[in-house]
Amino acid sequence: MEGTVKGFVAQRFRGGTRMQLAAAAYVRQQRHYEGGILVNILVVMKQTFDTEEKIVIQDGKIQDDGVEFIINPYDEYAIEEAIKLKEEHGGEVTVVSVGPDRVEKELRTALAMGADKAILVDDESLFGDEYTTAKVLAAVARKTGYDLILGGQMAVDSGAGQGGPRLAEELGINHVSTAVKLEINGSSVRVERDVEGDTEVVETSLPVLITAQQGLNEPRYPSLPGIMKAKKKPLERLTADDLGLSAADVAPKTQVVDQTLPPKKEAGRILAGEIPAQVSELVQLLRNEAKVI
Amino acid sequence: MKKVLVVAEVRDGQLRNVSLEALAAAGILAEGGEVVAALFGPNTASHAEALGHHGAGTVYVVDHADLAQYTPDAYSQALKQLIEFVGPDAVVLGHTAIGRDVAPRVSARLGWGLVSDVTALEAGPVFVRPIYAGKAFQKRRFEDGKIMVTIRPNNIAAGTADTGKTVTVVPFEVEIKDLRSIVREVVRKTSGKVDLSEAKIIVSGGRGVKSADGFQPLNELADVLGAAVGASRGACDADYCDYSMQIGQTGKVVTPDLYIACGISGAIQHLAGMSNSKVIVAINKDPEAPIFQVADYGIVGDLFEVVPLLTAEFKKVLV
Repeated sequence: MEGTVKGFVAQRFRGGTRMQLAAAAYVRQQRHYEGGILVNILVVMKQTFDTEEKIVIQDGKIQDDGVEFIINPYDEYAIEEAIKLKEEHGGEVTVVSVGPDRVEKELRTALAMGADKAILVDDESLFGDEYTTAKVLAAVARKTGYDLILGGQMAVDSGAGQGGPRLAEELGINHVSTAVKLEINGSSVRVERDVEGDTEVVETSLPVLITAQQGLNEPRYPSLPGIMKAKKKPLERLTADDLGLSAADVAPKTQVVDQTLPPKKEAGRILAGEIPAQVSELVQLLRNEAKVI
Repeated sequence: MKKVLVVAEVRDGQLRNVSLEALAAAGILAEGGEVVAALFGPNTASHAEALGHHGAGTVYVVDHADLAQYTPDAYSQALKQLIEFVGPDAVVLGHTAIGRDVAPRVSARLGWGLVSDVTALEAGPVFVRPIYAGKAFQKRRFEDGKIMVTIRPNNIAAGTADTGKTVTVVPFEVEIKDLRSIVREVVRKTSGKVDLSEAKIIVSGGRGVKSADGFQPLNELADVLGAAVGASRGACDADYCDYSMQIGQTGKVVTPDLYIACGISGAIQHLAGMSNSKVIVAINKDPEAPIFQVADYGIVGDLFEVVPLLTAEFKKVLV
């Protein structure tokens, strides 16, 4: 048993005082070894603009005054899946985000859905590009420990989809992206993933990072008791010092030089007349004017 | 003068068009330097010539059984070894299921930056990419050091083939070990269908199609045009179709030459996913539908009347 625990620790935690980490991990393991399954689930999430928001840009910066924020929809699938797994297997769900103070609202929503704890890295010195965020999240994951990490397959604002694979690589664990179905049995993991419309069935094992695709589940709405409970659930704020990071360690590799709105589309032409005549006209326009057919 | 590596991709035995677009982007980034390309997996070497015709001087063929099916472990190990051997200043991949998955892993392992989903290049080099699914655009540059980008299909024009160009084909051996996932099965749902992200023409349906069967006239129109069929979130949420067809800020972002929106009202989140299409046609019963504001051509009418007529008309002119 002693050997197993040490092996588990050595495999999963790097950096920090090994003894401290080992002790912490041992406690966690005792707590979560219920039904023979060890599940410490970490969900990485991001706050984004509501998808119905229009974008306003001033001096190359996106304006967020009066904007309605939501949990990135793909991350919402990840949170729901984590809570379902907890309900099935036991364990603990920790939601993690890197961002400003206002992200607390979305973290509380995740807690109200059923997550147990939240961590917010709201230290501006740790904000940067995808390279930066993955390094920061990796530091958080090493601190909390994990058996399974879930997140959205991309964020609907940046749309890059780098977060999952980068974080997995930083931690040296496997990843499976765009999951539409997830089954965990002991340490075996079976994922059905969407690959440009086809479905791939992938088998792997814990620890692993999985990114959620639309269709994975139907996220629940927080219940009223859930919302009340969420107010009292732990939300820890971490800084560079807490994570043993400096801004230089995670300095971004890319910079945003400008942000612009797409050129305004000119009003199109609404055709008139009898429907069959409109249809003939449309086909001619597409062939001769737009030249796309 | 730079050295640029393009990771080409073969799907169903065909070289993907985005790989030729990546070669065009690489040609710009090389600034007169060298463009090389790579092909991964068994039976891909036959595509080296086409890559040569589009600007690759050398094509590295990484023929390893573990690369027959994509897994992050196998592909990231192979790509990392190739990058370390070739020593490029920049790496260009397609923003495809494979490119978007392997590029972040490899760039993390190498300690590089990565700009994903690039739609245009500007001097600098500065990379233009959509954010908020195309509601806005962001320009990014690399701090220093190495460049890695994935480019969105259908946006950067491929060059014309120069069949006079010769290419050096180099087999490249990689060591792949400790694979942590196994692909048990691939369920093909898209066989014979045009992929949405690379489609030149898309016929798309919204709540107005009213049922799963309601997509039938759209499928028929798509068949005649060689188009892919997409859908709005409304249609997907109502279970008229699979989520893999969804176009919008949640779902796929598409930029075809022609987008035909049938029975789609035009919610902001849908417009984000398609309004950068080159030509947009809207067919909707409601003349006030917001979709008409982004459409180049609109027909106010019932899609079940208009779409079959359109199919018949295209059949006539396309024979």
